[in-house]
Amino acid sequence: MSIGWYLALSAIVFCIGAYGVMIRRNPLVTLLCLELMLNGANLALIAFSRMWGNGDGQILAIIVMTVAACEVCIGLGMIVAIHRRRLPIDVDELRELQG
Amino acid sequence: MFFIAAIGVIAGAIGVVTLSNPFYSVLALVGHLLSLAVLFLLLRAEFVAAAQVVVYAGAVMVLYVFVVAYVGGEEQPLDGQLTRRARSRGADGRRPSGALFAGALLVELLIALLGSGLKAVEGGGAPYAPGPSAFGTPAYIGNLLLTRFLLVFEAASLLLLIAAVGGVVLARRRGVEAEL
Repeated sequence: MSIGWYLALSAIVFCIGAYGVMIRRNPLVTLLCLELMLNGANLALIAFSRMWGNGDGQILAIIVMTVAACEVCIGLGMIVAIHRRRLPIDVDELRELQG
Repeated sequence: MFFIAAIGVIAGAIGVVTLSNPFYSVLALVGHLLSLAVLFLLLRAEFVAAAQVVVYAGAVMVLYVFVVAYVGGEEQPLDGQLTRRARSRGADGRRPSGALFAGALLVELLIALLGSGLKAVEGGGAPYAPGPSAFGTPAYIGNLLLTRFLLVFEAASLLLLIAAVGGVVLARRRGVEAEL
């Protein structure tokens, strides 16, 4: 199987994730779409690692998964905090940082 | 095998974006991650595939399900039901513009990936040598992580610790004096 198929698939997944980040208003689903984008990048990294026969890409993919787990932890903590303050769970309504 | 897994990956991704209930979005993401793990196996990344299934599709998704159940993921239809403030800011035009941007990004990425000289460097890939320390096995990954990428490994562990503490601080129940 050619490496180009894997790269095309990773680009498609990344773009679906980017589309979701742009159109969805629920921060939970926005986080899920961020995971999609990271997974697209992971697939490309592992495809390149396979192409060169080198383990560096796999290490980088594991680090990306670690960072994704951290991001999920912080994001879900923020969502729970927002829910506690009885604020609406909607990225359009949460504009306080914007002024 | 690649095409079956690829169809699963794309269907899961589309399900995450289009399903209106966040709970079903999480379930679609679990299917997406499992299909992606199959692709990782095809690419001889056995340890990463196992970590993907156990850590990502297992632990992280359980965290998501808990939060969706706690927050009470209400149905949010994709179109309509915009609040008046959102509508006054012109959020109606977001879907076509979002699709436009995503399509442009896809075209650009595909041109960059497939139109480049990648075919020139495409080789047989990693030579498959069965054994305990073959490419992609836990021994191989562990050897790399603890020798060449030790600093990255330690930085990742520190980052995880900071994120765990930060998550607890963010989500803890505020005292009365801290209530604003």
